[in-house]
Amino acid sequence: MAVDMNMKVLIVDDYKTMLRILRNLLRQLNFNNVDEASDGAEALAKLREDKFGLVISDWNMEPMTGIQLLREVRADDTLKHLPFIMITAESKSENVIAAKEAGVSNYIVKPFNAETLKTKLVSVLGEF
Amino acid sequence: MLAKIRETRGDRVDVGDVGEVVQSMLATLQGDISAADIELYSELQSLSDYIRAAKLEIAMLRPDTVKDEHLRTASDELDAIVQATAEATNAIMDSTEQIENVMSEVDPDVQAALMNATTGIYEACSFQDITGQRITKVVKALKHIEETVDGLLNAFGDEIERYKLENPDVVVDETAKEITDEELLQGPQLEGKGNSQEEIDKLLASFD
Repeated sequence: MAVDMNMKVLIVDDYKTMLRILRNLLRQLNFNNVDEASDGAEALAKLREDKFGLVISDWNMEPMTGIQLLREVRADDTLKHLPFIMITAESKSENVIAAKEAGVSNYIVKPFNAETLKTKLVSVLGEF
Repeated sequence: MLAKIRETRGDRVDVGDVGEVVQSMLATLQGDISAADIELYSELQSLSDYIRAAKLEIAMLRPDTVKDEHLRTASDELDAIVQATAEATNAIMDSTEQIENVMSEVDPDVQAALMNATTGIYEACSFQDITGQRITKVVKALKHIEETVDGLLNAFGDEIERYKLENPDVVVDETAKEITDEELLQGPQLEGKGNSQEEIDKLLASFD
């Protein structure tokens, strides 16, 4: 199935510059419908209010971390199938395992490049 | 006890009478005093002396100065780093976005080259996120140190105050003192602490 390039993408990070970087890189990949949240709680509220096709989230945020957000999403019947990519500086094996067990769709470690972002998006959404 | 001994024997006691004096003193102690008790008392006295010396050493470290000056300075400087790098990164991205906005006006080959370049800039800008997170870890470590120092201040506050009274900070007459080259190495100043370029220009002009 063709990827809907107009899908709404939610990017979640407590660093504004990272949100800006992600938005710009997604725009370069022709994903122009992007919304932002600065922590998991704000993200969850937005996910429950509107229809999103993808979440790209940082891990280390307060008051709700990325993995807590992921667990909430997977526990919610209306959200549980939402593609969710974790993008984080947390690189230890236990982090990746925990994210996988929580149901993450893919995992990008910071710093990352545009090619990696595209590859992971393709693996989660399909070719575009 | 000593007053009574002085009353009956005066200020001087013969060596031979010392034993009797000690016995008199021991007799005033309640209960039986064994050799083990005396050893225990001696150990406790040593421990008390050790604790007193340790408290003085800790007071001499001036944990109040560590907390109020050095830790505060470190924390302020780290905050300034995060802010400065965020501002610089945003300025870089402002310019990069401007380039992207005009890319459609150039031929496709140039467009592709510019796209690669702007992508590389966005990738590189993510350094600010990483440095910010590392600095947050350092700030947390400093916070932990500050809490430990607070614990020391609570435990040894009296000792520290006593030390400060006995060893007041030396106030240097800054007008008379010659500034050394090493003292001139202060590094970048926090917002509002250094001179702006305009102020420096005015200062230089004042020499003319």
